[in-house]
Amino acid sequence: MTEGSEQAARRSARVFLVDDHAMFRAGVKAELGDRVDVVGEAGTPAEAVGAIRELRPDVVLLDVHMPDGGGLAVIEGVGNDLPDTRFLALSVSDAAEDVIALIRAGARGYVTKTISADDLADAVLRVADGDVVFSPRLAGFVLDAFREAPLAPSTPDDGGPELDQLTPREREVLRLLARGYAYKEIAAELFISIKTVETHASNVLRKLQLSSRHQLTRWAADRRML
Amino acid sequence: MTAVQAPARRRLCRWPDEGRLAGVAAGIAEHVRVNVRLVRAIFIVLSFAGGLGLALYGAYWIVLPTRESVHPPRLPRWLEYALAGVVGLVVIVAVGWWLPLGGLFVPTMLACLGGALIWRQATDTERMRLLRLSRNSFGADYADRTGRLRLAAGAILVIAGAALVLRRADFTALRDGAVAMVVTVAGLALLTGPWWMRLVAQLGAERTERIRSQERADIAAHLHDSVLQTLALIQRNAGSPREVSRLARGQERELRTLLYGERRREGQLADELRVIAADVEDDYAIEVEAVVVGDAALDEALAALAAAAREALVNAAKHSGVETVSLYAEVEPHEVSVFVKDRGVGFDIDAVADDRQGVRGSIVGRIERHGGQVTVRSSPGEGTEIQMRMAR
Repeated sequence: MTEGSEQAARRSARVFLVDDHAMFRAGVKAELGDRVDVVGEAGTPAEAVGAIRELRPDVVLLDVHMPDGGGLAVIEGVGNDLPDTRFLALSVSDAAEDVIALIRAGARGYVTKTISADDLADAVLRVADGDVVFSPRLAGFVLDAFREAPLAPSTPDDGGPELDQLTPREREVLRLLARGYAYKEIAAELFISIKTVETHASNVLRKLQLSSRHQLTRWAADRRML
Repeated sequence: MTAVQAPARRRLCRWPDEGRLAGVAAGIAEHVRVNVRLVRAIFIVLSFAGGLGLALYGAYWIVLPTRESVHPPRLPRWLEYALAGVVGLVVIVAVGWWLPLGGLFVPTMLACLGGALIWRQATDTERMRLLRLSRNSFGADYADRTGRLRLAAGAILVIAGAALVLRRADFTALRDGAVAMVVTVAGLALLTGPWWMRLVAQLGAERTERIRSQERADIAAHLHDSVLQTLALIQRNAGSPREVSRLARGQERELRTLLYGERRREGQLADELRVIAADVEDDYAIEVEAVVVGDAALDEALAALAAAAREALVNAAKHSGVETVSLYAEVEPHEVSVFVKDRGVGFDIDAVADDRQGVRGSIVGRIERHGGQVTVRSSPGEGTEIQMRMAR
């Protein structure tokens, strides 16, 4: 995801930071610099919900682990009131169930805090444009979660019963993401357009959010027990 | 140490500061929420019933703990005990002497009271233990034979004793002997029982405290050994960002293992690959983004695959010139694949001499000997990806 120059052409995004560590917020703010417009920040979920409703940012960069409910509390607190505000999880947490819970609550992606400044700015702009962001780790989680499910037929997904399965193409895209490929590289590898790669990625995210499959819960529970 | 706390239980205790004598009546009044005068009246009335009130008061004085009070007790502890003991004995002897059936009634009463008080004083865990003990003798499962054996032996002894005694049948002497014995036993139980219970409780509390401080010491030792050492090293290496991030990464990994405690499954491919990634991170000061999907037991072929993955990571760390390398492994029913990718300088595959040991011998050779395949994709400026597959 280092092809930042391509993304830099897009409009700047209004970003709101939520993290309980002031030092970390300051660091992210400095890193993002003038590539995005940081309009506000908050250290607690309660503070964040109020400010987000007022400021209506394009993207909320959200810490997974915070006192008083963490990132989940912020997403649930804002609810469906702001359809144009999108959430991107940013975390040091490795616990799969926390990440999946946040995605299922409506976050549009997940990146780890060790991400480089360029990649973070790129991810923010991507989310602001309505795309989704998969870090290799999140792609791995999803592949793992859907591993035992049979593949869905590769006909276009119309939101039917295939919600519980990945199509072969979607799995292919996820594998490349887990291998560290950027969208552009995936498009070249699979001879499809970047737009198509983005569509596959959002479909996978939607499946992750809408699937009522009990396997997903069981998988998360198993992970915790390991 | 359990995290579950029983709800606070109201405890019967003496209130020496409130009461006239030892605070027994005041304590009882507070506990059952009635007027102190009523309790006192009951004690006085009972005192006329063969001195029972006095005995009860003495008994309560002995066994009830004082409420934690700011004032020191009025009498030294041992003196209280001695006094109570004397009073109790005098009352018991007097009642046994004067009343026609007092000899039987009072000791039985006292024994019951003693038992009840011990029960009352015991903590919840002790109660559970007592219950379990009494259950074990009767409802023990087949494996627990000692309980039944003990029960049988006890029953045989009692029956034999009774038979022996009945054949001699001097009932007056028998009754006197039995009464004396019951009185003594009840008295001993009353006097020393609570003390023993308290001793046991104290020992338990002490042990809990010891475990807790042991745990604290362990964490402190860990923090000292790793975190403080790392912080010291970071300060000394402040001039070298590469070294600082290497130290920080290693420490982060270690702390995460301590905090989130992901259990290691040794002898599994996923664990092996994570260890390898951590080693390479430490040795070459790069970041390895490792993602493993699925898992399998490590056999000879998979061990070779893991070793080849290490070589690929080391190559990337040494030659790519970037600080992040991706490692992806997936276990499928018929195949295990591992991908190591960097976005570094890359190289021209055809231009690399055949004798370059790195890729040829340690990666390709290793994998092919075990029936796997290696594909290397690279071009100058585009980074490198090494793809390794091994059939299962």
